Amino acid sequence: MKIKTESKPEKRSKMAKQSPSKRRSNFEEVALGYNRYEAVAEANRCLNCKKPPCIEGCPVGVDIPRFIRQIAEEDFDSAVLTLKSTNSLPAICGRVCPQETQCEAVCVLGKGGKGDPIAIGGLERFVADYEMEEGVTIPDLPSPTGRRVAVVGAGPAGLTAAAELAKIGHSVTVFESLHAAGGVLVYGIPEFRLPKSIVAAEVDFIRRLGVDMRMNSVIGKIGTVDELLRDYDAVFLGTGAGLPSFLGIDGENLNGVYSANEFLTRVNLMKAYLFPEFDTPVKKGRRTIVVGGGNVAMDSARCALRLGAGEVTIVYRRGEDELPARAEEVLNAKEEGIIFRLLTNPIRILGDGNNWVTGMECVNMELCEPDESGRCRPVPVPDTEHIIPADVVVIAIGTSPNPLVSMTTPDLEIAGYGTIVADETGATSKPGVFAGGDIVTGSATVISAMGAGKVAAKAIDEYVRGLSGYENLLNIT
Amino acid sequence: MPFTILKKQELVPTLHRMDIAAPRVAEKAMPGQFVILRIDECGERIPLTIADFDAADGTVTLIFQEIGKTTCQLASLGAGDSIADLAGPLGCASTIEKFGTVVCVGGGVGIAPIFPIARGLMEAGNKVISIIGARSADILFWEERMKEASSELYVTTDDGTKGHHGFVTDIVQNVIESGEQVDRVIAIGPPVMMRAVAGVTKPFGIKTVVSLNPIMVDGTGMCGACRVLVGGVTKFACVDGPEFDAHEVDFTLLMSRLAMYLPEEREALDYKAAEDPAV
Repeated sequence: MKIKTESKPEKRSKMAKQSPSKRRSNFEEVALGYNRYEAVAEANRCLNCKKPPCIEGCPVGVDIPRFIRQIAEEDFDSAVLTLKSTNSLPAICGRVCPQETQCEAVCVLGKGGKGDPIAIGGLERFVADYEMEEGVTIPDLPSPTGRRVAVVGAGPAGLTAAAELAKIGHSVTVFESLHAAGGVLVYGIPEFRLPKSIVAAEVDFIRRLGVDMRMNSVIGKIGTVDELLRDYDAVFLGTGAGLPSFLGIDGENLNGVYSANEFLTRVNLMKAYLFPEFDTPVKKGRRTIVVGGGNVAMDSARCALRLGAGEVTIVYRRGEDELPARAEEVLNAKEEGIIFRLLTNPIRILGDGNNWVTGMECVNMELCEPDESGRCRPVPVPDTEHIIPADVVVIAIGTSPNPLVSMTTPDLEIAGYGTIVADETGATSKPGVFAGGDIVTGSATVISAMGAGKVAAKAIDEYVRGLSGYENLLNIT
Repeated sequence: MPFTILKKQELVPTLHRMDIAAPRVAEKAMPGQFVILRIDECGERIPLTIADFDAADGTVTLIFQEIGKTTCQLASLGAGDSIADLAGPLGCASTIEKFGTVVCVGGGVGIAPIFPIARGLMEAGNKVISIIGARSADILFWEERMKEASSELYVTTDDGTKGHHGFVTDIVQNVIESGEQVDRVIAIGPPVMMRAVAGVTKPFGIKTVVSLNPIMVDGTGMCGACRVLVGGVTKFACVDGPEFDAHEVDFTLLMSRLAMYLPEEREALDYKAAEDPAV
């Protein structure tokens, strides 16, 4: 039976969520996804534009109108194939991509404020979750090319590059420093926004494409890039921006002060929210302050709340409009009762005689006129110093590239702030070595890293095919 | 892929030696480096300094004392068992070159990591004066190994049951005051011991190195749990260390940060005891 829908409503199908009062004390997923009725209804809103701007808006170029049309036709299996042909991690992207600034931002339905853009992210998630329920099928793989590629880092960039290369028939080995694949998807993004079982399932898909995943392998320590080049025809570096930044103010080494990386790694990767069933502890503050206004700050604050902190405060030096986090996550955080102290900047962290944090001294800020770059610089308002009490402080003000690989690869060109210099194809200054994701751009989004992985995979494919001896090899196979 | 335990031996009560098959780690390991291990899916990641390594056999030797839940659980494993994860070698290697005369100090479980450093310094042509200490004779280990890796070996016990009755610092002081030209001191052990050694050598201006053991999670510079203050500057022990200039280290901060999870460690032990009385 076909699902009947009204013609092109202006409002999108609402996705069910756990209620704020319930979800603030559990780590289960907040957004519950569309059921098939909601998905088909939403898909039917699509205008099927002749020149779809949404594809342009997607860093990996998913054929969005096509998979939406297939949902509208209730041909979910075809929608899966459409999605998977360009995106190896759709269940992840459907959940964590900032669609509102990418594909959905350019949707014709949302133009001129007439109505809501189509819920591309929600529909992508629906298709991916449908596939997981039905059982994931592995595409037919071409015969092996005989070329070997090493991928360093099993985050979004590395996983995407690995999947793309494996689908072409190259032999791919992924080296990951942690004990689980996923990078920021497993250590950073919390369970309630991206269940780890989803990441594991998508990683498993890539493994089943024939990719050899080696955990506990810290490149730069267990081997260098030059050593990898002896065994592999090319190397892709997707090592991310994993080094936490601190404020550089007094009191940052007090007990109870965490980098967001540490706090989130303990909670997410190590499952400290299940302590003592899981061995890794985390300090469950009564009053937690999170410094920063990005997605990582929202994630940290919402984790702290779920750990049982009665009061969680976000301290951010700019205003509401400047919050870098996704609007949806800011709203979720507010609904859950996170306190926002905007235009507030930390001056120092205060501690007791036993080196334990007791609070944070802050000052109010105001935004001055925009400078030449167009950004309003926050400046302190005199005589507004005040103290916010806290027993846990999380510093979520950004990360910088991890230098372990660049330090041990002398002929790799490095830019300021430690990023690896790569051209638009991902090629670095070192022949056979490609890079993409946060290690090239500095911290950015999951999907932009995936886009870079995908572009680099194409360049790596061309590179390894161009290596002498390839034709001979083809004749043999 | 799990890592198989090839050999397990209780050297002295509650202190164990474990040889683990990890060929790639063994091939790259250098004195002074450490590994991070995780026993199983529920496990925490803990750093342990590499006590020995054999590239030919593909093994890494770890020495650990039963202190918290993880080390107690590790002690319950034996040859043939395996652990889920072992990552390494991590951290910077100890500087091994010809300094002249080097004093190597190992206290308690710190005797284990000082061993490969002493051996390396001997091989590099140094005169190595080693001093190992423990609370009591019955918990002193690797005396023979240390003798072989040193030009001279001194033993101290807090209770006088073996060797010098007193602390390792007494011997460090004696060696320096005996007129021996000491070019470098390296000390590994409990933070109080390392701080005391630093206190002895500082007036003489002898370059002194200590290996720090703060709490870590990833061990690759990602989390910053292992922040230590050295010369007023925050360093990450996992990537900037673990060895630092002893005269610059803020030991008070180190000790306070090491105590951060004491209540949780107790809770974890109690939970484990209730769940599995055998461990």
